[in-house]
Amino acid sequence: MFGADAWRSVEAATLSGGAILVALLVYGIFIALNGIDPFAVYRVLFLGAFGTWFSLEATLTIAAPLMLTALCTAIPARAGLLVIGGEGALVWGGIAAVLVGMCAAQAAPAFGTIAVLAGGALAGGLWIGFAGALWLWRGVNETISTLLLNYIAIAILNHLISGPIRDFGETLKATSWSIPSPFRIGTLPHLNVHWGLAVGIAACLALWVLMRRTTFGFAVAVLGANIRAAQVAGLPTARLMMFSCLTGGAAAGLAGALEVAAVHGAASESLVVGFGYAGILVAFLARQNPAAIIPVAILVGGIAASGGLLQRRFDLPAAAAAVLQGCIFISVLASNTLYGRWRRRIA
Amino acid sequence: MSESDLGWWGVLIAVMGGAIRISTPYLFVSLGETLTEKSGRVNLGLEGTLVMGAMSGFAVAYMTGSPWLGVLAAGLVGAALGLLHGAVCNLPRVNDIGVGIALFLFGAGLAMFLGKPFIQPRGPRLPSLDLGTWSAHPAVRAALEINALFLVGIVLAPVLYWGLRNTRWGLMLRTVGDSAEAAHALGYSIERVRTLATMAGGFLAGIGGSFLSLYYPGNWNEGLSSGQGLMAVALVIFARWNPLYCFWISLLFGGAAALGPALQSVGIAQGYYLFNAAPYILTLVILTWSSSTRHRFIGAPGELTISK
Amino acid sequence: MHSTRLTRRNLLQNTRNIVAASALAPLLAGRAAAAVTPITVGFIYAATRQDYGWNQAHAVAARKIAQLEGVKLLEQEKVPETAEVEKVMESMINLDNCKVLFPTSFGFWPFIQKLAPKYPQVLFVHAGGLWKEGDAKNSIGYRGYMEEPHYLCGIAAGRMSKTGKLGFIGSKPLYFIFNNCNGFILGARSVRPDATCLVTITGDWDNPVKEAETVNSLVDQGVDVIVANVDSPKVAIETAERRGVYSCGYHTDLSALAPNGFLTGAEWNWAKGGDFVQAWQTGGAYPNLYRGGFKRDMVAISPFGEAVPEAARAEVAKVRQGFADNTFNLYKGPLKDNEGNMVLKEGEVIDNEDNAFKLKVKFLVEGAIGRTGLK
Repeated sequence: MFGADAWRSVEAATLSGGAILVALLVYGIFIALNGIDPFAVYRVLFLGAFGTWFSLEATLTIAAPLMLTALCTAIPARAGLLVIGGEGALVWGGIAAVLVGMCAAQAAPAFGTIAVLAGGALAGGLWIGFAGALWLWRGVNETISTLLLNYIAIAILNHLISGPIRDFGETLKATSWSIPSPFRIGTLPHLNVHWGLAVGIAACLALWVLMRRTTFGFAVAVLGANIRAAQVAGLPTARLMMFSCLTGGAAAGLAGALEVAAVHGAASESLVVGFGYAGILVAFLARQNPAAIIPVAILVGGIAASGGLLQRRFDLPAAAAAVLQGCIFISVLASNTLYGRWRRRIA
Repeated sequence: MSESDLGWWGVLIAVMGGAIRISTPYLFVSLGETLTEKSGRVNLGLEGTLVMGAMSGFAVAYMTGSPWLGVLAAGLVGAALGLLHGAVCNLPRVNDIGVGIALFLFGAGLAMFLGKPFIQPRGPRLPSLDLGTWSAHPAVRAALEINALFLVGIVLAPVLYWGLRNTRWGLMLRTVGDSAEAAHALGYSIERVRTLATMAGGFLAGIGGSFLSLYYPGNWNEGLSSGQGLMAVALVIFARWNPLYCFWISLLFGGAAALGPALQSVGIAQGYYLFNAAPYILTLVILTWSSSTRHRFIGAPGELTISK
Repeated sequence: MHSTRLTRRNLLQNTRNIVAASALAPLLAGRAAAAVTPITVGFIYAATRQDYGWNQAHAVAARKIAQLEGVKLLEQEKVPETAEVEKVMESMINLDNCKVLFPTSFGFWPFIQKLAPKYPQVLFVHAGGLWKEGDAKNSIGYRGYMEEPHYLCGIAAGRMSKTGKLGFIGSKPLYFIFNNCNGFILGARSVRPDATCLVTITGDWDNPVKEAETVNSLVDQGVDVIVANVDSPKVAIETAERRGVYSCGYHTDLSALAPNGFLTGAEWNWAKGGDFVQAWQTGGAYPNLYRGGFKRDMVAISPFGEAVPEAARAEVAKVRQGFADNTFNLYKGPLKDNEGNMVLKEGEVIDNEDNAFKLKVKFLVEGAIGRTGLK
């Protein structure tokens, strides 16, 4: 059993690494066609992503929310549902964090922080859980419903912060009330990255254990592989599906609450910057494996972080980083077809 | 100029004119996605295709001076992105939704990258047909200024509807989409049909994008698309994979998008964010109302991942 | 319109040449006055710097600042208002040795305040004018009184409008946007007392389709002068031009976009930031908060469009001079809001420098059709 698992990890690392190299090669040609030395670009990419301590901190800062939003796709995917609603769940996490923070204003700081984060997770979970319920109750396709729910959540956020929960003291930006400052959380010790990184890594590892090492996780995997088989085996399919939606949504909601508690202190349009959509791709690249989300999110964060340096050093457009990410995503997704090709021969 | 005081009639005219102006990209993208989904594939990357079409269409129109060459170029670029999607998804065990979202990012990124020199210049515009010359009123005349691509769309929707039902190609497409086994038994190449259907879908989505840069609002800029390509997938389900319904629902979406600005222009200044979300809420309600756990969506291709 | 064929390559080449030339010029000049310390200045934009709007206004200033002696310019676009901007600033400081940073989006301010104490060798200049006592001393907030040029646009609009109906398109429901709107209406009503103005909010900083649709709706309601306070007013102005109505610009010079209908526009003069760069370079004094209108040369108006007759131009010039020598006040009694409440009594005057009043403008003046929804 362990042997098979180890083999799977080696296979995944090799294939993904190979696919990334192919993407880098294609990107290098693209860069060369624009009259720029690709090797100089590779060097700067590395410098901007991992080359210095500051670069690494930047990379991890961008990666932190992606880990949690990726779980919003990865966990339901294990139960066979394709959820793309991380953006909406994150937004609700931010809104709920603010509301809970206001209601619990008198609480002790530690309790307040936990309540803020829990409130965000709960709201995000319920939002994706709603999509799960629509699927179970009416058969509404979860991919489409979560896509629509993203737009609806963003509209609700904008409506709330332009009036009902607006802090009218902020003159230049429509922003919600701020959570009490004792509830806010700062940066990690010895690393200038906010606590969201630790929470994200912990969540990925915990869910990896749950999904890969428990009977419960096995039941979800059976459901994801074949719903008929799961029904025949007498598994509580509805409950498993709801659980996976609630968990995934909670992760994205937590990301939103962390943006509020660790970065902004309030909810605003700054929550809607595409963390949710980037998370979907991170989940696909990690092949819906919670543990693999951690390195993938760091890779994606690294490319984003080095994009700025590409602009400054080569006068490349900001989209240079997005093009590279796109190349890598397509290449890695295509490499999925190669899985299992050598397993039989070796085993 | 007292005749210009239209009040609520103005709202109605603005919504109708807006429906025609705004619906065209929705129409092309949803018709394209219908073709792709009829073959049993979903291309969630049409947002990227749309943006890429807007950019390349503008670039070519600007450099050649001909907007129609721009439309053609946008279609071809869209078809190329469709080919990429189709070819990658032909590989076994590759998820079409994942590839779609990757192409969404890739297409948009590429458009921003290559389109950087084209943000500032201003290019030619597609022609329009003035059907409102009978009216003395400028608002009516503006609303009835029908753009050429909308007219193409009006013709295209029934043609596709008819073609899907009555031609050999249509039958092949539907068979491949409904049952791969049956298609296989009939000797169709499933991969080739799906790739071609995705390319055709990309072609139309690219044209839909070129409308944004070549007619309304016109000229290339990076914020041009506000998610029309992403919504197309929901729109197609809403339209039940029927090109004629695609037409009406695109009009509905266009009208809904025009409602917010129209209401504000008569002084209703509250809740604009919620007005703007109306199309999404409406779609979700209708989906919930018309779905069922017992049977598949009426008209849904059997091989489609999102309708299983 | 197609006189110059443009390719990506030669455009990039041109930009590089411009950047190279501007980097070179100070070096050559530097020989004469070797005392100037070379300094790297970083501009951070939230969107593209060629947007015919807010970001372009800053990019124009950046190019002027790059002309100063010893200044090297670095730019980064599309930085979101999240923790990422903090890291971008650190990267610019640590990897590119930037000594002055211009993070140009409103939402960057809290991150500036977080970072500034950590990097006392760096000056942070923010386009918001939010600095208050207790904020970092090595940070500056600066901003122009945009309502003043809007007042001048209003004069031109009032003179040119045939229907007496004006249209204002705002992006977000923010105080300064409604303050600009009031300036515009007051200007129009100073020359045409019966003028009204439809006030709309799109809800987005940047949404071209919605902006174009709003212009169409407004024109359908009889509006014949449009001003758009969105990130990039380009689409609104082009749509207005197509509908055959007048338009006023915002942020930067947009006169080229509407050869027939452009009247004038309200512009920032962010190049004032060059003074702060020079002060930091030489160790001179600098203010932490710098606000001003025409008097302090922080704002400007665009060149008049051909449609504007000489008489109207003269009227605008006269009031502009009034702002410049502080003899003319924008808010003065008797002033009613559009719900009939008295805001200022006869004889009451709001000083042009009265930020406390202007930053909290939550009402629309008489003649406006719409609501702010602000408290």
